[in-house]
Amino acid sequence: MRRIVLPGLVAVLALGLVGLLIFGVLQTTDDTSIDQALAQGKHPQAHDATLPLLGGGTRKLADFRGKVVVVNFFAHWCDPCRAEAPLLSRTQKAIEGRGGTLLGVAWNDTTEEARDFARRYALAYPIVRDVDGAFARAYGVQAMPETFVIDGRGRIAALRRGELDARWIDQHVVPLLAPKAS
Amino acid sequence: MRRRLAAVLLSVVALGAAPPTLAATTATPRTTLHAMEEQVMCVVCKTPLAVANGPQADDERAFISHLIAQGKTEQQIKDALVVEFGERVLALPNDHGFNLAVYLVPVLVLLGGLVLLVVMLPRWRRRRRVPAVDAGGAELSEQDARRLDDELARYDG
Repeated sequence: MRRIVLPGLVAVLALGLVGLLIFGVLQTTDDTSIDQALAQGKHPQAHDATLPLLGGGTRKLADFRGKVVVVNFFAHWCDPCRAEAPLLSRTQKAIEGRGGTLLGVAWNDTTEEARDFARRYALAYPIVRDVDGAFARAYGVQAMPETFVIDGRGRIAALRRGELDARWIDQHVVPLLAPKAS
Repeated sequence: MRRRLAAVLLSVVALGAAPPTLAATTATPRTTLHAMEEQVMCVVCKTPLAVANGPQADDERAFISHLIAQGKTEQQIKDALVVEFGERVLALPNDHGFNLAVYLVPVLVLLGGLVLLVVMLPRWRRRRRVPAVDAGGAELSEQDARRLDDELARYDG
């Protein structure tokens, strides 16, 4: 019995260390599972979490169920985020009456910084703060800005890693919206 | 002598009486940006703030400097940082819940290593002694000795 205990203990310790190493490596690897799923024509279920809303209260994706939600990750210091902000502001005006909305997610910004950003670019849509970065991690966010289109059933329909342009909105958001009232 | 003593006493009293506001100011726990940078991570670069560069690191420094200017203590600044960025902003996590493992695991590994040494060292020493006893004390049986002689004779021949 004693002959088994000691090597067993050493083996368990060694396995534990290897496990820690694998865990560490996985933590630093970019998650591209959503990209792969979309490339295969699949629409994975969007990760949801309750996040603090700028201005008080909380908000989660489920609150928008039935709507097309354009989730935009941004940081106040990022130049492409600033560049696309006017487009986002215009997009919100265009889609809010057609069953769509933007949802801004401030990434690593303080409350004050995110508030200033929203004020400066007149962003009139809900903005939440991803305080511990877990929401961004679940979407495999790698760099700012990144945008995900969530359909009315809570599934990811499209993503854009990088700055948005009007053509991408027309191609990936507009087709999911209700037709314009004539 | 008396005059000198009186002068010394007066200056001591004056020193004690004059700077109560100064004493109160220095007694307020404060910190420096340098001290905080050692204890805080840049949440984007995932390195200690002391060695981090970039807009996020600059923003964190500005946030900390603002709180230092308000006379906040280290703990108050850390609490404010956690509210804004979560626990990952701390270079050393708080010592409660799952985070306790950060402090316990190294100690347990060290203790485990010591226990292993205490158990294994006497065995290794015993094992090293055994061959010496065998080399000096083991004798061949008559039959084996004859076989060995035969084998050696075959090689000699």
